[in-house]
Amino acid sequence: MIEAEHLTKRYNDQVVLNLENLEIPRGQSFGLVGNNGAGKTTFFSLLLDLIQPTTGHIISNGVRVDQSEAWKSFTSSFIDESFLIGYLTPEEYFYFIGELRGRNKADIDAFLVQFEDFFHGEILGQKKYLRDLSKGNQKKAGIVASFIGNPQVVILDEPFANLDPTTQIRLKGIIKDLAAKEKVTVLVSSHDLIHVTEVCERIVVLNKGEIVRDIRTSAETLKELESFFAG
Amino acid sequence: MFKHFIILQWKSFIRSASFKANLMLKIFMGFMALYFIVIFTSLGIGSYYLIEKQDLGDPLQVVNKYLIYYLVIDLAFRYAIQKMPITNIKPLLYLPITTNKIVHFSLVKTAISFFNLVHSFFFVPFSIVLVIEGYAPLGVIGWHLAMMALFYSNNFLNVLLNNKDSVLIPIAGIFTVLVISQYYGFFDITVYMAPVFQAFYNSPWFTLLPWALAIFLYFTAFTYFKKHMYLDAGLSQKKTFAKTEDFTWLDRFGSLAIFLKNDIKLIKRNKRSKMTVLTSILFLFYGLLFFTGAIESYDGPVWKIFAGIFISGGFLFTFGQFVPSWDSSYYPLLMSQNITYKDYLNSKWYLVVIATLISTLIAAFYLYFGWDAYLAVLVGAVYNMGVNSYLVLWGGAYIKTPIDLTSNKKAFGDKQSFNLKTMLLTMPKLVLPLMIYGVGHYTISPTAGYIFVVLTGIAGFAFKNYVFKKIEKIYKKEKYKTLLAYKQAS
Repeated sequence: MIEAEHLTKRYNDQVVLNLENLEIPRGQSFGLVGNNGAGKTTFFSLLLDLIQPTTGHIISNGVRVDQSEAWKSFTSSFIDESFLIGYLTPEEYFYFIGELRGRNKADIDAFLVQFEDFFHGEILGQKKYLRDLSKGNQKKAGIVASFIGNPQVVILDEPFANLDPTTQIRLKGIIKDLAAKEKVTVLVSSHDLIHVTEVCERIVVLNKGEIVRDIRTSAETLKELESFFAG
Repeated sequence: MFKHFIILQWKSFIRSASFKANLMLKIFMGFMALYFIVIFTSLGIGSYYLIEKQDLGDPLQVVNKYLIYYLVIDLAFRYAIQKMPITNIKPLLYLPITTNKIVHFSLVKTAISFFNLVHSFFFVPFSIVLVIEGYAPLGVIGWHLAMMALFYSNNFLNVLLNNKDSVLIPIAGIFTVLVISQYYGFFDITVYMAPVFQAFYNSPWFTLLPWALAIFLYFTAFTYFKKHMYLDAGLSQKKTFAKTEDFTWLDRFGSLAIFLKNDIKLIKRNKRSKMTVLTSILFLFYGLLFFTGAIESYDGPVWKIFAGIFISGGFLFTFGQFVPSWDSSYYPLLMSQNITYKDYLNSKWYLVVIATLISTLIAAFYLYFGWDAYLAVLVGAVYNMGVNSYLVLWGGAYIKTPIDLTSNKKAFGDKQSFNLKTMLLTMPKLVLPLMIYGVGHYTISPTAGYIFVVLTGIAGFAFKNYVFKKIEKIYKKEKYKTLLAYKQAS
């Protein structure tokens, strides 16, 4: 599904990302872990063509992302608050994203029903604009919006941060289902090793822009990761 | 401690993303400032002799008579253009710096702005001339100091006005009534105010009063800000009661409707954009200066087109100028969503064109000044829609200043809703049609001038697809730079 070849990103002399080869098959739930500055967000930004690679390229479903825009129709993401439109109510925001992805209002209303639990009554019908919601609730809205329109690739940067425990547990269920049942390729980054090991089939550890571990998740994975990061 | 603040301020200036563009503009604005300095200085030296020559009476008394209006206009200018003190307050709150110091610094910073200094260029030479011409030196000094105090009062009054609409509206109301009643001769405020200003000369110690006023206003502003230096008070954003809206009537625009709906919500729900729309309404009345013959230098035939462009193009200039910047806070979303630049630009283009049409319809009241006046508006509108609509979208690709839509809601917000830079970038869009008209007017006839301008506009329409492709390319090319610049909030 996703293939990165000779992908590097350099700022002046500093190499922030250097992936010789990375392949992510369709329907995999893929976890990216690493300390600050490891290059996680850089990789996601490259995947979304928000920054330009210094060398190499990414091919997503046959589309080279820095040359064609065709990837936009099957990819969706939530990286940070800049993926929210602050002056819209959550409903309006969902409808807006829906319309961009060819879903009408009724489709979206039907779609949102399954997230009632996840929203915990704090998102819909609140008579508040997104900018006035708390950080955690903003995140919930952004994450759910990234599921609209049956995307084949979903990219979530630090989806568990800022969420309350109940929501974290629910989100884990949702992400697992997406990959297992709907064959969606889900890319998740996190600082929380427990969450990633629970959710992802495969975990890649980045350190200073390079892949240092590529693990198929098993019962020992968490220990392995912990010992790696304990250094 | 002040030294630290100044260093912070300087760093935020030289390290901002738009610094390079800023520097060019700053140089340009430097020239503008120089221009004003020269004008003010020559006025300061010349006005005494001018008034004497015209036999209008005692120069000092004449100046005193109109001083009240000078002060009011100064205040209006400040309100529109002067930036409010912005230091990055929030991170400082947690540090061991007293709140008093932070507030003092922010306020003192406003006191050394150009808006206060520029007046000295008039008043210093004027006062010197007064002394040379035999006025009592002590009186002149008293008067001069009083003037300074009044401008500082204006400065701090403006700081307060900017934050309290409840103060602004009554003051604006009172002055409108005063101007109207003076015009129709009901009541002449200058009769009552002139002796007050004269008193500063006659009894110099009266000067203490305006200084007391300035100090009083300083401390009022000081206490106001100090009281609001809390995260949940002045530094927070007010929460508004939100209602989900559909705007189904826009669905007729097909795929563009998605964006048009969004843009209308953007304009409706953010203070910054609302200010912009209000400004564009003011543009509608700009033509009155031309068609009433209020300003002599505007009487040349070419200026009619200038007026026409301005009247119909208020929204085009004030909103269109900042096209991608309005969406700066969620630009990464737009760039990774299923959106083509064509649709995005097209919807903005429609918005601008529709607004131009509406302005043109409202401007029908210019028919009162005859067909010729309204014809100029119509011609200007065609040119705006056909040519300027592209130029603003094009120029917007290079303006990489992120817009904080909610900034006007902060106590120390950055009030750039309408500033000098916007005005400067507007100029190229105005000069070209004037020249086109001038060519027709002076070589053939006035009608030919109009026809030339209209034809240019229509030609613009014809090339829409071509021009859009070009603009799209520029947007694509600038994409990464724009994303990077928008990442730096302000």
